[in-house]
Amino acid sequence: MRITYSPLGDEAIVIEVGQEITKEATNLVRAITKLIEETTIDSVVEVIPAFTTVTVFYKVSAECQYEDMKNLLTKYIVGIKHVDLIQPRTIEIPVCYGGEHGPDLEYVASHNQLTVDEVIEIHSTGTYEVNMIGFAPGFPFISGMSEKIAAPRRATPRLRIPARSVGIAGMQTGVYPIETPGGWQLIGRTAMELFLPNEKIPSLLQAGDQIVFKPISKEEYDKWEGTTHATV
Amino acid sequence: MLQFDKDGLQTTVQDLGRRGFQKYGVIASGVMDPYAHRLANILVGNQETEPTIEITLLGSHKTFHADCLFALTGADLSPAIDGIPIKMWRPIFAKKGCKLSFGKPVTGCRTYLAVAGGIAVSEVMGSGSTYLRAGIGGFNGRSLKKGDVIPIGEASELIKGCMESLSKRANKSSFIQVDWTLMAQAIPIYKSEATVRVMDGRQEHLFDGKSRDAFLNQAFQISSDSDRMGYRLKGPELTLIEPKELISEAVSFGSIQVPPDGQPIILMADRQTTGGYPKIGQVATIDLPKVSQLKPGEYIRFEKISLEEAQQALIEERILIAKLTQSIALKLKECK
Repeated sequence: MRITYSPLGDEAIVIEVGQEITKEATNLVRAITKLIEETTIDSVVEVIPAFTTVTVFYKVSAECQYEDMKNLLTKYIVGIKHVDLIQPRTIEIPVCYGGEHGPDLEYVASHNQLTVDEVIEIHSTGTYEVNMIGFAPGFPFISGMSEKIAAPRRATPRLRIPARSVGIAGMQTGVYPIETPGGWQLIGRTAMELFLPNEKIPSLLQAGDQIVFKPISKEEYDKWEGTTHATV
Repeated sequence: MLQFDKDGLQTTVQDLGRRGFQKYGVIASGVMDPYAHRLANILVGNQETEPTIEITLLGSHKTFHADCLFALTGADLSPAIDGIPIKMWRPIFAKKGCKLSFGKPVTGCRTYLAVAGGIAVSEVMGSGSTYLRAGIGGFNGRSLKKGDVIPIGEASELIKGCMESLSKRANKSSFIQVDWTLMAQAIPIYKSEATVRVMDGRQEHLFDGKSRDAFLNQAFQISSDSDRMGYRLKGPELTLIEPKELISEAVSFGSIQVPPDGQPIILMADRQTTGGYPKIGQVATIDLPKVSQLKPGEYIRFEKISLEEAQQALIEERILIAKLTQSIALKLKECK
């Protein structure tokens, strides 16, 4: 895979591993991120991995400008041969589907000529993978949803989507960690916190995690609410 | 301690930003104008990383609950103590009970208030910056409002000595301003039409020639929808050669994104961590304060700068700030 480097302004460098979202690209992104984080480079401020890019923010100085940083990174990255990844974790996310927590579940069902139970069945039997975290704190971009339950975004976005809402937009599914405006079709709500501001790692999910959505009742939801225990 | 007696428009505690957590989707936040923030801190003998109070357009009124040394930099929002106009870009000693107020915005958009000892908020993820949307950091994760009492850290021995001698010199007055300030070239002048230097954005080549010309040759107006997250601009419509779906990637302070309506958005301190709109340009870090100090209704023009020049300018700014830090430290030691 051809790796290219380009500037993002005067304080960051974008390492691009491909033009399409493929398994190979996301794995390479993870491997490069891990490598940069494990290699202590003084000028590196932080790293933002995405689907096909790793962006490295660095501190500009007389000794460290764009070409210096690029040469340094190239030197490390050129050695990446085997993508040595941590064993993926599987995280179970308990979801209370429908009702007040999933006001658009019936719409998603009728849009796909399915029953509500079939939508829940399909959504909760899929195996999903977190491709990246971004946009909002702890917000996972997840792949793996069945197209049988795909549904378009709402024509008018809601001004407030409650935190931990589980939604569908096109072929994507995801969870909103904090309250935001948004246009996704809401099918349920998880009891688990995805944004953990007081933890060392403030995001429950990380790129590479496998996700299983587990249906729970309203009573179980009330009991679970606000917990952060992940079934690993 | 600093008590807030009146609400402002948007007054928050900020520092140089929350770093290292963007990979978890946590936005960087931080001051909109890092230059003014740094100088405010340096003028009162603080480290430039200490939190300051960022005041936007309409300042809140405050009462000092203890003697303190403070400085105001950035926008001129007609500051006064006990009704007497005060100067900016210099240390001011105020006795306990003094009231700091703001009036009409004259130039610029954001004022920085630094207090010797720093604004003593606890850090969340290594930073004192307020992240309003997630309700974390700064002072209880929100804007400051009437009734809030903000803790101030303890000043260094050097500053304590300085405050003692200023207190004597103030005599019966409730406050005293030092009679020196920064050299003229270190004090920015905020205009209602700013020319800001930009580098090519990562997707600049995807825009058609007409749009690329317009971007560099026409003025854009700052829309009233602009905030700490982004400055929305109104101007010529910028279009792609052909529509293209992009894969989301990291964005940064100063990235200029163009959504499908063709009106650019400059991403600012509270930007999201990643974005999928094409980036036509990228504001040079050195010129970000010029953008931050523009008010809705004012104008911005872009001109090209090379990456090498932009980085050189940053290195020169660090040298200037280091020099200023040294000479201010000397002045504070002599305290006159």
